[in-house]
Parts: sequence; C-alpha cells; structure tokens
Amino acid sequence: MKVLVPVKRVIDYNVKVRVKADQTGVDLANVKMSMNPFDEISVEEAVRLKEKGKATEVVAVSIGPAQASETIRTALAMGADRGILVKTDAEVEPLAVAKILKAICEAEGPALVITGKQAIDDDSNQTGQMLAALLGWPQGTFAHKLDLEDGKAVIEREIDGGLQTVEVKTPAVMSVDLRLNEPRYASLPNIMKAKKKSIDEKSPADYGVDIAPKLKVLKVTEPPKRQAGVKVKTVAELLDKLKNEAGVLP
Amino acid sequence: MTSLVIAEHNNIALKDSTAKTVTAAVALGAPVHVLVAGQDAKAAADAAAKIAGVEKVLLAEGEAYKKMLAEAMEALILSLADKYDAILAPATTNGKNYMPRVAAKLDVAQISEIIKVVSADTFERPIYAGNAIQTVQAGAGKKVITVRTSTFKTAGDGGSAPVETVAAAADPGISKFVSEELSKSERPELTSAKIIISGGRGMQSGDNFHMLDKIADKLGAAVGASRAAVDAGFVPNDYQVGQTGKIVAPELYIAVGISGAIQHLAGMKDSKVIAAINKDEEAPIFQVADYGLVADLFKAVPEMEEELTKLGY
Repeated sequence: MKVLVPVKRVIDYNVKVRVKADQTGVDLANVKMSMNPFDEISVEEAVRLKEKGKATEVVAVSIGPAQASETIRTALAMGADRGILVKTDAEVEPLAVAKILKAICEAEGPALVITGKQAIDDDSNQTGQMLAALLGWPQGTFAHKLDLEDGKAVIEREIDGGLQTVEVKTPAVMSVDLRLNEPRYASLPNIMKAKKKSIDEKSPADYGVDIAPKLKVLKVTEPPKRQAGVKVKTVAELLDKLKNEAGVLP
Repeated sequence: MTSLVIAEHNNIALKDSTAKTVTAAVALGAPVHVLVAGQDAKAAADAAAKIAGVEKVLLAEGEAYKKMLAEAMEALILSLADKYDAILAPATTNGKNYMPRVAAKLDVAQISEIIKVVSADTFERPIYAGNAIQTVQAGAGKKVITVRTSTFKTAGDGGSAPVETVAAAADPGISKFVSEELSKSERPELTSAKIIISGGRGMQSGDNFHMLDKIADKLGAAVGASRAAVDAGFVPNDYQVGQTGKIVAPELYIAVGISGAIQHLAGMKDSKVIAAINKDEEAPIFQVADYGLVADLFKAVPEMEEELTKLGY
C-alpha cells in the first residue's frame, strides 16, 4: 500500500512575517523557509505506517520553486522513500495544487493521501478536501488518530465540540491536526541517506494542469494594531476597571 | 442572483454562527436563502426562518446530514448550486470540511475565512495567522466562501421566511459516522460567549482549571485555553483558542497564565476588552491587554473569586 504526502515550503513558523511596503505581499527575501509544520505531522504519520508494515512506500510531493526540493529532502530524511517535485515559480492556488495531486494520484495509485490541515502561509485549509472531491474519494479532516484497516480507515477528528470518529473507504484523503503525533527530527545518517533517494522533477504542464490563479489579490496589508493598555496593581482594581470603566462585567 | 447560506446546527437548535454568516451574506447585496441539512431538523429550520434578512429556508433531511458528513454535504449542495451565485458557510470544523469539496467541483477557488465584505466580489481574509490581511477579488463563476464568524454581528430576529423541503441527494456511501465525544458543559460555547476566561501553561495542571471554572460560573463565561495548555494535557482540544483552535471575539477576554504567543493572539485579539494576569511582566500578552495585572495567578484567581462574591456575583 502506497501513501502519498504533499509537503509545502513556507516561511518558518518562528519568523515574524513582514508585509511589503508596496502591499503586494509579504517579504520572502532572505527569510528562513521550512516545511509547513502540519506537513511534518503528515510525513511522520506516513513513515509510522511504513514502520508498522501497513504502508509499503511513502512518496513525498511538493509543488513550488526549485528550492522546494529541500522540503522534499526533509521528508526523505524523515523516512519517505522518494520524491516528486512539480516545479513552478508561480503562486499556485489550492485548487490547482489539488488538480496536480489528482493527476499524480491517478499515476501512482496511493491508498491514502495524508495532507496537513492547512499551510501556515495562506491558511486556506482546502487542498486535501479539494483533492478528495476531485478524485471522488472520502476524507477524514483534522485527524487526531488514525486506524488503517483493510479497505477502510477509521479516523478520529478534532471538531468544534470535541472529537468525532468517522469510517471512510480507502482510497481516501486524510488531513492532519496538531495532536496526531509528534514529528521526529531527522538523524544525521538519515539525512545522508536521503541525499541518495530520488526526486523526479516535473512541471504542472506535464500533468495538463492550468495553474493560472482564479482569485486576484488586490493588496496585502498589516492588520490593525492593538495598543497596550494600563497595568493595574490589585485584583480589586482590575475588577473595578472592568466593571466601571470598560463596562464589560454583567 | 441569490446567495445560499449553509446553516450550522445540531438538528435541534441553530448555532449562532448561522446568523453571523447571514450577516456576511446580506452584505453581498443579493437575496439570502438558508439551507438546513440535517435529520429531524425542522426546529432548526424554523429558527433559521426567523433570522432577519432570510428570504427562504431550504430543509433537506437525511441520515448522512445528521453529522454533516462532507461527502454527502458536497452532493447535496451541488444539487442546489445552479440557482445560486454565492454559497457561504461559517468557518466551523463542519464548514471547513465540506465547502472546499463544493468549490473544487464547481471549479472555483474557495475564499476562506473572510473577515470583511468589501464589495459583492471583494473580501478581506487573514493570512499568516492574522499577521497580514489579504484583499482578494473573486474571478468568474460562483463564489464559495467560508466566514470567520467572530468578526460579523449576529443577524437579528424578526424574519418570517417560508420553509421549503428539498430532496436529499444520493448518498455517495463512502463514509460513515461512527461516534462522537462532545465536551459537556453548562457554560456558553467559546465562539458565542460574551466573556471568556482562558488558562495557559502557567495553570500547571488540569485540576487548577477548576479555579477558572468558578470564576466562569460567576460571570456566565466560557473557559478556554492556550495551545500550550492543551498540548500539556490540562484540558481537551476543544478548549483551544488560537489560530489552529477557535477564533473568538468576546466582550471580555481574561487571559490567565498565558504568555501570548502569536498563534494564541491570532485567536483572541479581536476581543473588545482584554485583561491579562501573568507573573512575568515582560509577557507579550501585556502588549495587547487593555488591563494587565502582574501577579501570581495562584493568588490572584482565588482573590478574584472572593472579590466577585463581595460584589454580589
């Protein structure tokens, strides 16, 4: 059973993003880039499936610029078997990513695709669901726990009121939430080994996908800033201010 | 053309997020219909009919809609989509689950978590955990939108829309609901509470959250938590306020023992008033708090309970 894991190269989650003065986007120049943290959880889950003997091969896919091959290398160092880089310098919207992944799924035939629930750059939270719909597959989003059995996956999901368990037929798409697992750090020997693993290079055109954006970004701006208020000295003073100054106590 | 709002409900009652999504839909300028998909959900449909600004309510009943399975919701919404120019859902875990499937099948981009309707085709949405705001214009085709409900007002009552039953779509039969473990609480839900008191890693244990429960009971507040507190196992995941948890905007947000990581701030910085209690004077939470108290929470919280009792709460 093959598992496909899409991984995205994004600004490292520790970096404070800066909006460009011309409002065309955020500044990516000389900024540390890393694998989307949710995708690390996806890779980890896929590698664990392989270690448990449930998966036979883990394929990592990234759609992005040449440097996205580094993101694939990270996945390979964590334990993925091979990579596919769909190279483009253009911004690719979730729908176009889903279309490319659909074509890859049709060629590779995975039983499970594991995606991060969202990328921490555009925060769209769409790609996995879109891929599932395009393939006519079921999905288990925001996964908290996975039980993979013959022909089906039982997925516990993080939902607004608590947890929900669904059973889906495989092939299926699963998107992962924060608490599914704790991703490993790649060891040095594994990083060295990853250098020998293969990465196929493709282009969106190879899959016949038009990646022209459907949305037009008019501008990107800074959010309104909140000003720090006052410090109070005692609990009584705090309650007094909340009640009589701010008027927010019932 | 008309806009369609997909209702969030538990088959018995309508969730507040529905009326907030109606507010966003009304701002698009076209008539608004609401789809209530559920099982034995007539009461929820009747409640939707009372929301001001709603012209018609569609009620679709089916077992697969009871828990809003994404695959079945996709089929149902697509069966109705022809008549609509825009389809909106609240950005709840349900809306986020089924809406991208609808967008993909309609071959349009989904516009995720809008916080403002600029015009009928232009919207603001946060990116990078709210550290930047993107203004996007929809292209040709239908608009598929999820709405960050914390930034829209609840549409009022006073409507009297007709409720029309629509046929269920064929269930794709590829997924099924197994079970659910919902947190039981007498307190208001985080996303609709007027007051929220949240604890962070500084709470040190799940037992200590009972101190916050007591305050919450006095104030009719909901209890939340930072990701650090959830990851440490103090409280369940549905307590989490933050970019990857719930986005809230209550009248009053009291942060206790929360340092104020960017990802937490992204979930609560639109609160009207923020109060913070933290023993670390340098904690970033104080940079966004209207009222800050530098104190040991293990002294301050019990004291707050006493003071509230004195004040008659």
